[in-house]
This record gives sequence, C-alpha cells and structure tokens, in this order.
Amino acid sequence: MLDAKDITVRLGHRAILTGIDFRARPGAVTAIVGPNGSGKTTLLRALTGDLSPDGRVRLNGHDIASTRPWVLASLRGVLPQATPLAFPFTAAEVVRLGLMGGVEAAEDGLVPKALARVGLAGFEGRYYQELSGGEQQRVQLARVLAQVWHPMAHGRPRWLFLDEPVSSLDIGHQLQVMQIARDFADAGGGVVAVMHDLNLTAMFADAVTLLAEGRVLGQGAPADVLRDDLLSRAYRCPIRVNTTPANGPYLLPHAAGQIAAE
Amino acid sequence: MVAISPDETAQWDRAPRARRTTLMLAALLGLVSVFSLTVGAAGTSPWAVLADWLAGREIGLADRVVLFEIRLPRLAMGALVGASLAVSGAVMQGLFRNPLADPGLVGVSAGAGLGAIAAIVLGGLLPAGLAAALGYYAVPVAAFAGGWASTLVLYAISTRRGRTSVATMLLAGIALGALAGALSGILVYMADDAQLRDLTFWGLGSLAGATWAKLAAAAPLMILALACAPMLARGLNGLALGEAAANHIGIPVQRLKAVAILTVAGATGAAVAVSGGIGFVGIVVPHLLRLAIGPDHRFLLVNAALLGAALLILADVIARVIIAPAELPIGIVTATLGGPFFLWILLRKRGVLDL
Repeated sequence: MLDAKDITVRLGHRAILTGIDFRARPGAVTAIVGPNGSGKTTLLRALTGDLSPDGRVRLNGHDIASTRPWVLASLRGVLPQATPLAFPFTAAEVVRLGLMGGVEAAEDGLVPKALARVGLAGFEGRYYQELSGGEQQRVQLARVLAQVWHPMAHGRPRWLFLDEPVSSLDIGHQLQVMQIARDFADAGGGVVAVMHDLNLTAMFADAVTLLAEGRVLGQGAPADVLRDDLLSRAYRCPIRVNTTPANGPYLLPHAAGQIAAE
Repeated sequence: MVAISPDETAQWDRAPRARRTTLMLAALLGLVSVFSLTVGAAGTSPWAVLADWLAGREIGLADRVVLFEIRLPRLAMGALVGASLAVSGAVMQGLFRNPLADPGLVGVSAGAGLGAIAAIVLGGLLPAGLAAALGYYAVPVAAFAGGWASTLVLYAISTRRGRTSVATMLLAGIALGALAGALSGILVYMADDAQLRDLTFWGLGSLAGATWAKLAAAAPLMILALACAPMLARGLNGLALGEAAANHIGIPVQRLKAVAILTVAGATGAAVAVSGGIGFVGIVVPHLLRLAIGPDHRFLLVNAALLGAALLILADVIARVIIAPAELPIGIVTATLGGPFFLWILLRKRGVLDL
C-alpha cells in the first residue's frame, strides 16, 4: 500500500502542492492526471522521495523519508520523463544499471529479457545516445523493469512509478507500455503513473487522481473522475466525455466546444 | 598501447574485453617499470645488481645508491602520481557526468598548488612545534586541503537541483583557477630566496626530486585515495543517469559525492604536492579507456590507474634520457607525445565521443 497524507510542497514562496492525500493499492494502476503545471510530476517526486515534502509518505509501511536508498530500490523502480545519459553506455549496460538496486542481480539473462519485454530485442549492443527518443524511453523502462522484475517479492508487492511513460511513443508502443504496466499490476504489483493521455488513462487505470493548481480535484474510479464538469474545470476548456458501450469513457478533442478566452 | 578494435558493437558485453585489457595493462606496467630501472644517466644495471645479490656478493655503493635511492623511489613516485592523476580524472568526470572534467582543467590542481605554495611560504609562520610535527607532511596535507576546498566549491557552484551544468562548471573552474593562481602569485612575491628555490623545484612538474622521505609523506594519501576509488565504481555508474535516478536504483548519492570529492582531492593534492602538477594524464587516460572498453567504472578506474602509472613512468624515462645528462620537465614529454596521439584518436573516433 502506498499512503501519502497531507503532502505540501513549496518552492520558494509558491506552494506547488497543497494538502494532497494520495493512496494507491497494489494490484491496481493508479493514474495522476491534470493540466500542465498542476503538480503531477511534483507529486510523483514527493511519492518517490526525491523531494522532502511536508506530510508523510509510506510505501509498504516504510516511511519514505527515513528509509535507506537501497531498501527503497528493492521496493520500487522509478521511470523519469527523460533521462539524459553521460558517457557512451550501450542499451544493455543501461539496463544492467537497474540490476544494481534490485534483488534480481543473480538472475541470468535478465538484461535481454527486459529489453525484449519493451520490444527492443537485439538492441543490447546499441549505443544509448544513438537511439531515438522513444527507444531511449523504452530502454529506461527496461532498466526500471529489471530493477523490480517480479511484481511480488517475499509475498509483498513492489511498485512502478512512471512519469509520463508514453509521452514520446507512437500509438503502438503506447499501448505496449501501458499493457506492461497493466500486467505488472495484474501480477500483484502496484503502478503509479503520471498521464497526459486521458483516453489511455480511461483504458488502463483502475483509479485516477485529478490535480489542478496543486490540489486534488477528483479522486476515484475513472468513470467518477473523468467527468465533463471536473475535466472542464481542471483543463479550462469545455470537454465532453463519451462512453463506448463496453469499455467506459472516452473523449475526443473534436467534441470540445470553442475554448473560452481567459 | 591500448587495443582499440574498430568493431565496438559486435558483442554487447564489454566486460571480458575490459578484463583482458586489465591484464595487458598490468603486464605493460611491469615491463615499463623494469625498463625504467635499467635506464638512466649512470650505467647501473639492475640485472648485474640482482646477479650480485643472488650470488651473495657485496653490492657496490654507487650501484646501491643509483638503484635504491634514486631510480626506485622515482619509479614508485611516477607510478603513484600517474595512477592518482588518471584516477582523479576518471572519478571527477564520473562525478560531474562530463568527459571534460579534469582536475587540471577546472582549477582543482590550481587549488592544490595554492595549498602547496602556502605551505612552503607560510610554513615558517606556524608554531615551531606544529611545524616540526607536520614536517614533510605539511606540503601534501596543505595541497590536499586546497584541492578539497576547490573541488567542493566547484561542485556546489555548478550543481543545482541535482543537475551539474557543464558551462557553469568550466567557467567556475576557470575563475577558481585564476583566483588560486593570483593568490599563489602573491605568495611567491612574498617568498624569500630560500623559499623561492623550493618553489622553483616544486613547480618544475618533475619527478626528479623523488626521495623515500618525500614519498613517505605523499604516498599514504595517494594510496588511500586509490584504494577508495574502486568502491566508487558502482555509484559512479549509477550517477551517469543523474542524481535522482541514481538514488532510485539505491545509491546513497550524497555520501557517494562526498567520498568522490575527497578521493579526487586526496589523489590530486598529493600528486600536485610532489610533482608540481603534471597535466594531460587525467583527461587522456580515461578517454582512451572509454573508447577501448566502454564507460563502466568498475573496469575504467582500475585500468586508468594501471595505464596512468605506465604512461607516467614511460614519460619519465623519456624525460631523463632524451637530453641526458640533463632532464626535460616531464610535463613537456606528456604533452608533446600525448597531444598529437590524442588528437589522432579524436579524429578517428569522433562519432563515439560525440555521444
């Protein structure tokens, strides 16, 4: 269980996040959505321990602030938005960095397995810097997956924190990456993902937290949060959510009305 | 020197090649060391001395002095200084996540130099008891303190929110170097004749003055720093992803940075204290090795120590035989030979270096 209470983050005098309560359960994909600058990434960074916010974050019962980095590393992997890399490492060497923190280090052949999982089989010897943005992003995902390869360890769930995991991917790879997150959750792990794409969120998430201006605007099942009124307020444009007969809500930018001048 | 195969990517695991390189470099270091003992202005042959010793004969005084009081400490000093400079370069580049970081380039050597000069010039102002206690250690300890302070300041200035800015690092390094140079100039201006003589000898950038006593003062610091370096390897690998991601994969980043900065300061400080700052080794050796075996610090640091030591010993041999019985400053040798070679490597491997 990931349990954050009363998270407040200030940069200088400006409050980026104010009094956020956030919970995510293992076995589920929990999405954080909201407009640009609403504090999504800041919330994720508070949850992973990059920032030391006011309030408290507990992951599987460990207080994030006082847990040692290598203990946390065995519990959760974190995929940043983009990872510029110093020095000409190969894709395989980048993935192997993920093995340092995990408990999987002894497992054979995990590097090619992790690369194959993200659709990059055969990329082992390629220089990371020579790959396209989307391929780099997937190499990083493979690194994170290698770190927490088994969604459960010693009967306890492990976690994936993903910051806009599909932002630089084409639609095929978007679906592939979201399916990886889905499978991780279905196998008992926990997934927390910052998402820009509301349709993919509706498709893959079990729970959604909608942020606007550093506060929680809605929290709950996708159908309860991805509603016309909440989304229109958060994104400051008229949004119409539609429903397909079988699969829950979707929305089209076409269906949005004229955007009101601010 | 280092085998660089044109086919870098055929086999993705570069570890076996890195291990082979370690063996080759160790052999090279052994070879160069023996060579260094046999060459010199005096016609002493270590083989003849060894034969005498094995046969139980008395070893001649001249041979003993040349071999054990001149060539051997000089060899040990060359090996330690070369290894220290190359490893500091590699650690610093890993710490700053930038291949341009080099103690000589970004003001750390200048800071260490300021410490050394301050110890020579102002050493007399110390209370007599303290000065006596420090003895030979005063210069290396002061150089260490100077190098440590400048590395710390440099990192603090150029790193904001876990990101080290290259431009800021280079500019701050230049400013720090200029400041340290100016302060050193003021100290030189204040120095008396005897101190000036000490300073000149120190500043030559040479291993000529190597004695066991000097070695005893500087070697512990260099050996300690070199022994710490391999413990940094995994952390520096992780740091290539940035500070936040390094933390996510379980690296205690703050502790890593503190140890890395102390290591660089110790190795550079002690090397500068005894050799006056020999440029070029810290940036060329890690670069060559990254091209040959990749950037994995688990192999890079060990290999850098071996190659740095071998290169400096070789350069020292050249420095003392090429215009024998006079000597060239070793910095001239490293730059004349290393410069063109490095440029040639750059031309051949620009594609990889741009990554």
